[in-house]
Amino acid sequence: MSGLREDFREILRLVRPGARVLDVGCGEGELLELLTREKSVDGQGLEISQAGVSACLAKGLAVVQGDGDSDLDYFPTRSFDYAILSRTLQQMRDPAHVLSELLRIAEQAVVSVPNFGHWRVRWALLAKGRMPETKALPEPWWSTPNIHLCTLRDFTELCRELDLRIDACAALSNGKTARSIDPQRPIENWRSETGLFLLSRRAEPSAAPPVDLLGEALPQEITEPSAKRRRKRAGA
Amino acid sequence: MTDAAAKIAQPATGGGTMRFPAGKALRLDSGATLAPLEIAYNTYGELNADKSNAVLICHALTLDQHVASVHPTTGKLGWWTRAVGPGKPIDTNRYFVICSNVIGGCMGSTGPASIDPAAGAPYGLTFPVITIGDMVRAQAMLIEALGIKSLFAVIGGSMGGMQVLQWAADYPEKLFSAICIAGAPRHSAQNIAFHEVGRQAIMADPDWRAGAYDQAGTRPEKGLAVARMAAHITYLSEAALQRKFGRELQRDGLSWGFDADFQVESYLRHQGTSFVDRFDANSYLYITRAMDYFDLSAQYGGSLTQAFHRARMVKFCVLSFSSDWLYPTSQSREVVRALNAAGCRASFAEIESDKGHDAFLLDEPQLDATLRGFLSAQAHSRGLA
Repeated sequence: MSGLREDFREILRLVRPGARVLDVGCGEGELLELLTREKSVDGQGLEISQAGVSACLAKGLAVVQGDGDSDLDYFPTRSFDYAILSRTLQQMRDPAHVLSELLRIAEQAVVSVPNFGHWRVRWALLAKGRMPETKALPEPWWSTPNIHLCTLRDFTELCRELDLRIDACAALSNGKTARSIDPQRPIENWRSETGLFLLSRRAEPSAAPPVDLLGEALPQEITEPSAKRRRKRAGA
Repeated sequence: MTDAAAKIAQPATGGGTMRFPAGKALRLDSGATLAPLEIAYNTYGELNADKSNAVLICHALTLDQHVASVHPTTGKLGWWTRAVGPGKPIDTNRYFVICSNVIGGCMGSTGPASIDPAAGAPYGLTFPVITIGDMVRAQAMLIEALGIKSLFAVIGGSMGGMQVLQWAADYPEKLFSAICIAGAPRHSAQNIAFHEVGRQAIMADPDWRAGAYDQAGTRPEKGLAVARMAAHITYLSEAALQRKFGRELQRDGLSWGFDADFQVESYLRHQGTSFVDRFDANSYLYITRAMDYFDLSAQYGGSLTQAFHRARMVKFCVLSFSSDWLYPTSQSREVVRALNAAGCRASFAEIESDKGHDAFLLDEPQLDATLRGFLSAQAHSRGLA
């Protein structure tokens, strides 16, 4: 499987076999086709361009022509195991809404974002005083579809605000093998070209205090598995 | 048979008329019953041993069961020869294709021109008002009579698309996949308005004789032709009309009168007069009424999502055309959103075309590719050869 896009390889690794997958902005369906072939997923695509939709349909993939900004609202809650948004979040009108919707529709979301904090981007702006054009962000400012660029730090901050848990994160850099990272580490915000995140919603706090089978109140740490992780991250 | 017809490979054609005795009456949404019931149908291709490759095609308002074979009245090729046949997107080498004339129609199925056994004369306006749901219930009776428990696919455009949606709502357990092309979940005020113009044209024709024209030995040809002319405009886009005709004249110079000066007038008149040769005025009244009454969500407590709740195992493909203003993309999108909300797997594409509503019958390579891709994938998952 050499020649495979690095983010695809990483997503392929993350996704459970046989899962229900929604690929938002699925393009011509390369990833869905790959996941269907390799992981036997039950896949559904959402794609705005007619060329992309036609290509998917000709491949026999289930795809809806629509817009991630407005059409996610119509999918029922928890109807997928994974919602994938590959290199598209920065093109959305309302990224926060889209992220929330992904994690309403699916148990987990796989989201990749180009890192505007990468040293090449910073260097281009600092040294040349021009809007950066890099491999991950190839278009000039006046024709780029990217309207909501962010750094890894910005993204993790948004996840925190939306109460989303980062279950895994990998850095993708031009041509290199994906590298598992802690996105909170400042160095990663310099050296990662693209971040790929596996996200889930933090456990909903239940109305009544949780009890065990004997009716005893449970210690907080057991009921909130994310608490430890959150403390650890805050200290990092 | 025309030369063109002779050149095209004809699929193995079968069919006939299925007769249901008075004991097997069709229960109608109005509360009435229809008996005896006859359903005229055509088949193309062969039913496989486990009867898993049957495809039902639902036809539009003025079409009929002659999908892929020469029409007995007009001598023209079947209306969907470009999509149905050996090696075509709806491949008759792989699938057993069935198409039946809707009830209320005039090509052999029980309709207002049929003899009412109680009166010994044509029904005329004593024929009960029917619905899209009634048409589908009759088709389900036919499918059952043919010994088919589950359809591999149900496919239809325009009014055929409405029947597809009705099938998914009423008989999801009998469907594997469904393709709705240029359809709508309900008739809009504009849709009803255009139909009303057509019906009033027919009823204003003195030869209509309150629907009893058969007994009177007349035919409301003028009224029916005007109805067709008005409707035909709604099937085309403004761009298509402009491209085809513009302000081109029939002859040099204007007539300074009311002859068909413009080519578009001449074209519409031809559409009208050729239509009356193959269609019955009362059938036109009844079928347009069935379409006007169509509102799938109303049948399911006002929720289109509810209509599709039992159809989660059915694989859907919904297609619309960008220049279709009769059943615009927004209506197909509403269907897709309801399908998604109901948890159904649905594909949807708006096909870029300037041909208007009729694009589904015309040369649209993207439609062909989509039908072929979707059906092949479904055939693969159903294990069809």
